[in-house]
Amino acid sequence: MNLGSHADFIVAAYGVAVLVIALLVGWVVLDRRAQKNKLAQLEAGGMTRRSERAVERTA
Amino acid sequence: MALIDLANPTRFVSLAERVLPWLIGATAIAFAVGLQQVYGAPDDYQQGATVKIMFIHVPSAWLSMLCWALMSAAALGTLVWRHPMADVAAKAAAPIGAAFTFLCLVTGSLWGRPMWGTYWVWDARLTSELVLLLMYLGLIALWRTVEDPSRASRAIAVLTLVGAINLPIIKFSVDWWNTLHQPASVFRIGGSTIDPSILVPLLVMALAFTLLFVTLHVAAMHNEILRRRVRTLMLLQAQAAPGSAT
Repeated sequence: MNLGSHADFIVAAYGVAVLVIALLVGWVVLDRRAQKNKLAQLEAGGMTRRSERAVERTA
Repeated sequence: MALIDLANPTRFVSLAERVLPWLIGATAIAFAVGLQQVYGAPDDYQQGATVKIMFIHVPSAWLSMLCWALMSAAALGTLVWRHPMADVAAKAAAPIGAAFTFLCLVTGSLWGRPMWGTYWVWDARLTSELVLLLMYLGLIALWRTVEDPSRASRAIAVLTLVGAINLPIIKFSVDWWNTLHQPASVFRIGGSTIDPSILVPLLVMALAFTLLFVTLHVAAMHNEILRRRVRTLMLLQAQAAPGSAT
């Protein structure tokens, strides 16, 4: 593919797009991992939500 | 499952975990097809190969506005029905909208330099898009300032609806004012002015970007629900701690 005399601008635009999308995906994945870890730690410490306690009582 | 069932956070989390792998797959396929079409698309007779920047610039611009429109609909859900999922949706969308607005501005600037001879000009389209980015950043800052999300949501919902006035300004700025930015060329009365050999790859890339947005938004909403659960449990833990006031 010949990008002509303005190849630098085209490559830079696609590079920025890849970077921004990678940052968005990274943010979502790392945030998910962090929240799941925090939730697991709290639940391991005996903390449960009201709705979950109600389910446990009726079981 | 009825649509109303999705309004339950627990059901939404369960559905999101089932749907996300499919959304990721559909997004990857759409990008593979789109990029292959971009590779094969001809150069523009005036702009040459720089037209390839359009395939990422235009979908980013559309999504920057679509995201604020979605946040405005969610703001109505917060203010009218006081539904907790509405502000979860709005809060999760804001960083994604900001990222696409930033991408739109940067790619537009990189397209403008070889075509207009300048990276930036204070014309109505560019300035209103920059205002949109600043509004996104303002909302994100506000969400982070107020610790209790339920208290923040109503104030932010009002600001979001006020900010929606910028959407028609962005859309019609090229018609209302004399701008360096070109007028609408895809969705316009009388049909698109773009040749199908370039229009089709553009629409496929727009679909890929939209699928990416939906995937990221569903995942971010899922994370936000988990964050609120963590916050609730930490508050309960603090109340149960010895020496607590309650």
